[in-house]
Amino acid sequence: MPEIRVTPLGAGQDVGRSCILVSIAGKNVMLDCGMHMGFNDDRRFPDFSYITQNGRLTDFLDCVIISHFHLDHCGALPYFSEMVGYDGPIYMTHPTQAICPILLEDYRKIAVDKKGEANFFTSQMIKDCMKKVVAVHLHQTVQVDDELEIKAYYAGHVLGAAMFQIKVGSESVVYTGDYNMTPDRHLGAAWIDKCRPNLLITESTYATTIRDSKRCRERDFLKKVHETVERGGKVLIPVFALGRAQELCILLETFWERMNLKVPIYFSTGLTEKANHYYKLFIPWTNQKIRKTFVQRNMFEFKHIKAFDRAFADNPGPMVVFATPGMLHAGQSLQIFRKWAGNEKNMVIMPGYCVQGTVGHKILSGQRKLEMEGRQVLEVKMQVEYMSFSAHADAKGIMQLVGQAEPESVLLVHGEAKKMEFLKQKIEQELRVSCYMPANGETVTLPTSPSIPVGISLGLLKREMAQGLLPEAKKPRLLHGTLIMKDSNFRLVSSEQALKELGLAEHQLRFTCRVHLHDTRKEQEMALRVYSHLKSVLKDHCVQHLPDGSVTVESILIQAAAPSEDPGTKVLLVSWTYQDEELGSFLTSLLKKGLPQAPS
Amino acid sequence: MKLYCLSGHPTLPCNVLKFKSTTIMLDCGLDMTSTLNFLPLPLVQSPRLSSLPGWSLKDGNAFLDKELKECSGHVFVDSVPEFCLPETELIDLSTVDVILISNYHCMMALPYITEHTGFTGTVYATEPTVQIGRLLMEELVNFIERVPKAQSASLWKNKDIQRLLPSPLKDAVEVSTWRRCYTMQEVNSALSKIQLVGYSQKIELFGAVQVTPLSSGYALGSSNWIIQSHYEKVSYVSGSSLLTTHPQPMDQASLKNSDVLVLTGLTQIPTANPDGMVGEFCSNLALTVRNGGNVLVPCYPSGVIYDLLECLYQYIDSAGLSSVPLYFISPVANSSLEFSQIFAEWLCHNKQSKVYLPEPPFPHAELIQTNKLKHYPSIHGDFSNDFRQPCVVFTGHPSLRFGDVVHFMELWGKSSLNTVIFTEPDFSYLEALAPYQPLAMKCIYCPIDTRLNFIQVSKLLKEVQPLHVVCPEQYTQPPPAQSHRMDLMIDCQPPAMSYRRAEVLALPFKRRYEKIEIMPEPPPRPAQPTSGKKRKRVSDDVPDCKVLKPLLSGSIPVEQFVQTLEKHGFSDIKVEDTAKGHIVLLQEAETLIQIEEDSTHIICDNDEMLRVRLRDLVLKFLQKF
Repeated sequence: MPEIRVTPLGAGQDVGRSCILVSIAGKNVMLDCGMHMGFNDDRRFPDFSYITQNGRLTDFLDCVIISHFHLDHCGALPYFSEMVGYDGPIYMTHPTQAICPILLEDYRKIAVDKKGEANFFTSQMIKDCMKKVVAVHLHQTVQVDDELEIKAYYAGHVLGAAMFQIKVGSESVVYTGDYNMTPDRHLGAAWIDKCRPNLLITESTYATTIRDSKRCRERDFLKKVHETVERGGKVLIPVFALGRAQELCILLETFWERMNLKVPIYFSTGLTEKANHYYKLFIPWTNQKIRKTFVQRNMFEFKHIKAFDRAFADNPGPMVVFATPGMLHAGQSLQIFRKWAGNEKNMVIMPGYCVQGTVGHKILSGQRKLEMEGRQVLEVKMQVEYMSFSAHADAKGIMQLVGQAEPESVLLVHGEAKKMEFLKQKIEQELRVSCYMPANGETVTLPTSPSIPVGISLGLLKREMAQGLLPEAKKPRLLHGTLIMKDSNFRLVSSEQALKELGLAEHQLRFTCRVHLHDTRKEQEMALRVYSHLKSVLKDHCVQHLPDGSVTVESILIQAAAPSEDPGTKVLLVSWTYQDEELGSFLTSLLKKGLPQAPS
Repeated sequence: MKLYCLSGHPTLPCNVLKFKSTTIMLDCGLDMTSTLNFLPLPLVQSPRLSSLPGWSLKDGNAFLDKELKECSGHVFVDSVPEFCLPETELIDLSTVDVILISNYHCMMALPYITEHTGFTGTVYATEPTVQIGRLLMEELVNFIERVPKAQSASLWKNKDIQRLLPSPLKDAVEVSTWRRCYTMQEVNSALSKIQLVGYSQKIELFGAVQVTPLSSGYALGSSNWIIQSHYEKVSYVSGSSLLTTHPQPMDQASLKNSDVLVLTGLTQIPTANPDGMVGEFCSNLALTVRNGGNVLVPCYPSGVIYDLLECLYQYIDSAGLSSVPLYFISPVANSSLEFSQIFAEWLCHNKQSKVYLPEPPFPHAELIQTNKLKHYPSIHGDFSNDFRQPCVVFTGHPSLRFGDVVHFMELWGKSSLNTVIFTEPDFSYLEALAPYQPLAMKCIYCPIDTRLNFIQVSKLLKEVQPLHVVCPEQYTQPPPAQSHRMDLMIDCQPPAMSYRRAEVLALPFKRRYEKIEIMPEPPPRPAQPTSGKKRKRVSDDVPDCKVLKPLLSGSIPVEQFVQTLEKHGFSDIKVEDTAKGHIVLLQEAETLIQIEEDSTHIICDNDEMLRVRLRDLVLKFLQKF
């Protein structure tokens, strides 16, 4: 029985380290190759030894697909391709291909230069890894090989984020990556057509949340920022350089303009300007409003937002600072946080999800005394606010996407087990679709019944139609023909054509049976009686009496003969081919019973 | 399957393909050469143009002098310019299901089709095609609407009168179908019917046909199209290029195995080498400017202009011309320059990798930044303040009949220091210049047409091997002006089928297969009739001959067959040789089996058991089909 198998190596009942193995119709695909921000040991990367212990990964995997540039989706890629060793194709969209290496380099710098890790991937490895990338367009059908095809759909979430359909013949899986079902200030909403996959693998970060309207959240955010700077406090907004940052910048920029505020807004790291440039060059990936107006005003050219310098953190007076990374687990955002945490006038706004183990997660769960490196304890007096600006679909959005794609079943990844449980029930009850939520290393197996498309020769089809009854759509029907399989090309042809194509001669098998009858009449008369007898019995068949005295029923030939030795016995020779066996055998047994008495 | 040919212009095609019960329009080209018969629309009142004498018949009859004006021996229609539409009567255009657009030049007739024929279908095009197509339409509408002309001449179109006119008016074809330009409202409505597609996207039409755009290498977002069912494939090739300019390279491999390849949009100047022309363009430009003259380049607001600006970017410094201002004047100049920078995914590899840095893919961004290139919506406003001479002006329209170019022709035409350089190949430059004669300025003709030439076509056809080629009739004979050049036509086997305007071609398809699906499980055995207690009639038992028995193939080796018979308990077997084979006699059973190469004949008494046993033994040696 054909089946689809799915095993998460990461993101199974967890957020972070997204990496999902899918086997479909003999093809193996790896979806995402992320790192885990909550770990600094082996656990930060997926366990690739699960795929194969000693063989080469390239032999086992047909392709790797990266959904977007966030490190929890691509952070392990250079390790996987260059250190473990994979030379096959890696697919991602153009913006992802452009931005991904920059974030990887950033990640490498923090790991190696700041934390002094050894045995980490190098800059050269990132470059070599990116050489294996094949960029895909939205909606382009990419033929990975003769059978495996993939197609990208717009996912919102971040610039260049995509959902992927993986298809072999009539079997298919859709992997959403991270997505957003409501357009925001810079990106559009995810969209997929009614592609009816066998399985939809969806993220479930906000499996239990139904978020209030975006407008309210935005108003809230602006109010809090405004209040803090009004009373002279400093606002820290930890973000990732690309994504939410641009959305919040657009938001603050327009607010500052409207309110005519003079308080400085800074954006940390040199990446910003570069990042904004990517947005300018990939305008077709942003939302409709920005696309329409970009010629007049490019939304990614900010007037109020300036580059941040380390020294500014100690400046007196209010300010707003966007700093990376977004979960306060390292780098500049953590440095600034440590400086400002002690003052209750200040505020930190966490605009996105934080994985377990990060400082961001700790302060969000209410911890106010943090143990830092060197047994230092940091007391957090500043206000801590959480504002969900993460562009993930909420429960409503996930249900909406499932409704759009109409999958046979759903599999949840990228979420917390408890929340998944809730969503799983909701999906099974409301949508009547079976739903799975495997843990890491656990395999889900789904049986499938793929269709087998074949080409039927027009001759055979016409012969079938001639037998009456047009073929009814979607109703099975029995017909006889020869299936020729050549290079995964299946053709159904008539037996005659098959013999001809294969250069074979037909072998005719013929039977002739002697039926002995006691009868004294002449042969001609016998034949006539046989004719009228068969004519009356076989009303639906073509019975003929030929001039040479023989009788035919369809293609079966009956001749009467008189063996010379006994004038009281006549012999009927019934002759037919193998193809007419049923009828021939029926006729002999019928004739054996004798002929009815002629009406006198 | 039929092809309805609605346009006679080989590079501005409009064909309708009826394929598997879908009706597909391939391109929507608008023939604008008709405007050459009209007087230019000046932006500023032109005393010269307005005082041209009216034209009168040889007998002095001057009833047409309001409509027709004479200039240097040529006669022009003094009216709002009109365009030659595709044929609208050949086929009911409201039955068209979809329109496939291959590039922005080939969609200019779209509003006429979608807004005025009852069309209710969908249009498919790539995003750059739509965005730049919109700019071309916007520019066209703007050019014509900003110079309102009260007069709309129609008298001259009367068949009896047209006969009396001088050439080329006398020979103008289909004048009754000529129409004025559409409005912006119609443009917007037409463009709203477009659905965006990406290269290699498979689009299903009614489950019967699949269409796919492929990169054609000619312009930003330009595509060829594959139209296929499971067993038939039509390739539609329109405006393709194998040269390395800014667009993504042409996808040739996907065109393979076509039953029919419709070939349109080849180069209009088969004898000119685009690279050489670019060189000539630069040197003529430099020469003029050094002598203190101005250079006018009539052009479209998108396309070759990007390549020319890139050439100049590299050339002006080395030629010591960096202080000469470049002006780009078009209502859509700014949009065109901005849009060119955001379609990285549709550009050639070189330009794509620039975006990854991230840098703008085209160097005209730098020309703008350094103030070397300036763009203006029109000559009115800022331009008049900034204007410095000598300079280079890029502006439309290439027909020289409307747009800001008319103003520059009037302004600079009288001085031999100035030069007009024609780079767009769509209009005959001599005809374009006719209403400006006599002219003192220099005229240089450097047509740059990057589309396929005949050598490239024959290579392409050898590569992709279509069963049949269909093309406009112009491609099946040498150009009229070079009738000895037998190399300037399509040469393929079997010879290409040609079409002309208003013709219908039956496409030579041999359909041999149809798609069905088979069930993975073996079929259920036909239910055996249960022997009921009811008395059966003999005829109830008559077998159904609809159940087909397989055909047999192979041959029966006599010796092995005899051994098998013995193993199954037959004794007293005798074998006789015959002319064609053998006869195996089972004397005990009074049975005779004739075995020949291609046949076996079992002759026995009416003993069904025996017959079936023998049959099964024979079948062991044969293959079933």
